[in-house]
Amino acid sequence: MWVEAEPPQWSIYTRGQTDMERSSSSLWRKIRSRYNLVGNACENCNTPYFPQRIVCRKCGRKSRMVEKIYSGNGEVYSITKIRTPPDTFRDEAPYYIGIVKLDDGPKVEGHIIENGTEPKIGTRVRIRFRRMYVDGDEGLIYYHYKFEPV
Amino acid sequence: MRDVAVIGVGLTKFGERWNLGLKELMAEAGLAALEDASISSHDVEMLYGGTMASGRFIGQEHTAALMADQLGFGNIPAVRIENACASGGSALRQGYIAVASGIHDVVVVGGVEKMTDVTSGEASTALGGAGDQEWELFQGITFPGLYALMARRHMFEYGTTEEQMASVSVKNHENACRNEFAQFRKRVSIDDVMGSKMVSDPLKLLDCSPISDGAAAVVLAPLEKAKKYNDTPIKIVASAQASDTLRLADRESLTELKATKIAGQNAYRQAGVTADDIDVVEVHDCFTIAELLAMEDLGFYGKGKAGKAVQEGETALNGRISVNTSGGLKGCGHPVGATGVKQAAEIVWQLRGDAKDRQVNGAEIGMTHNVGGSGATAVVHIYKRAD
Repeated sequence: MWVEAEPPQWSIYTRGQTDMERSSSSLWRKIRSRYNLVGNACENCNTPYFPQRIVCRKCGRKSRMVEKIYSGNGEVYSITKIRTPPDTFRDEAPYYIGIVKLDDGPKVEGHIIENGTEPKIGTRVRIRFRRMYVDGDEGLIYYHYKFEPV
Repeated sequence: MRDVAVIGVGLTKFGERWNLGLKELMAEAGLAALEDASISSHDVEMLYGGTMASGRFIGQEHTAALMADQLGFGNIPAVRIENACASGGSALRQGYIAVASGIHDVVVVGGVEKMTDVTSGEASTALGGAGDQEWELFQGITFPGLYALMARRHMFEYGTTEEQMASVSVKNHENACRNEFAQFRKRVSIDDVMGSKMVSDPLKLLDCSPISDGAAAVVLAPLEKAKKYNDTPIKIVASAQASDTLRLADRESLTELKATKIAGQNAYRQAGVTADDIDVVEVHDCFTIAELLAMEDLGFYGKGKAGKAVQEGETALNGRISVNTSGGLKGCGHPVGATGVKQAAEIVWQLRGDAKDRQVNGAEIGMTHNVGGSGATAVVHIYKRAD
């Protein structure tokens, strides 16, 4: 979605302020799964999930979930290059976003690293640990899993 | 359950309405709907208001009570419905249920969004909340990005082309030229769309619905009392809604919206009609690929067949089936909370024969299809003339 011309009145928000409104605990509590593909699976039907779920979508409450760590190897299921990012990613655009079908798990959304090969549907990828964005000059540095074509 | 009819509709012009705030937009559309139904503010018993992200866009929550207040509805109950871009359609369904149940007679359903007070980056962030904030928006995955992932997969599985998607935009701009309420009353060519700035490959600027200000309102009443207010009440013969995962990657298929399929099938069953019976439909074309998905998921075309049909003009005004005669979200504009209610207004005008330059000849049965997010909500209504 896009505007043809910018409205005359600019937002009061800047990139830093927008992110400062979010508590650091909201970022910290998911950090294991952001740095590695820590998901879970249903003990009853074995359906694998990422991110972790409390309730299995198939079995409902009559099941127990067990932690599962995925290898991070897989192939690109769909791909796009984002050129008009949200404010937080202003300095990172353009960047590839893909849905990756994991060899040993579900489909996962994530950044696809540019390494000289143009990622396409079917491209093999592996997981990497990378900087995702920096919150202004002196703010937090956000790290995240990303996928790299192999 | 009582039969429910639409007895009045009203819209503001959609677009960059810099001189109007949320209150003014709501009042303009609401008053137009009351006037159309020939009722006064004091006849209204309940209000449902669809708004997606007014808190993020303008810092205002509690918009249903505000809408009732600004329209002089007094102390009636008012409830805001938030279901992302399907807020309007979801509000309509709640209004339908309230009248059908017998609890209320005259119910107003409003929808509004004031989006142009913020930068496009901030708007993009606000709209991103319609997806999974923690795992999509947090990684910088925008809405054009999510629909681009669906488009890429549709191209891969069915050979859909960028030109076919572009033809949706060309058609909807053409229809918008005939709609006085539309944001973009100008024609675009396939070349214009193909040459417009890339937003999220393969979706270009002219594949994307715009950021808009606008409001819409409809008045509902039990069918048995509708004639008292209006000579040509339009009966709502089906109201169906379904949900799906918020996160795109959780879905088995990226080339269909399961919520649309389920809501559509339930709506056809309620109304006792099939896709072949629909004369005019407003579908949720937030991106051009979304119109193709909707045409297929609602059963108008087989999987992978919609692109070619649109390209060959089958869905143009007075084609095999007239799709998005208002201009759709692409041409008419997409003030997210208002869109689902605007779709109902367009179908009511079509079935009354009041659609002027964009009238579908002999339209008797119409449909609206409103989607939230990347398909986590879909709302489908079917309408018939009741006179």
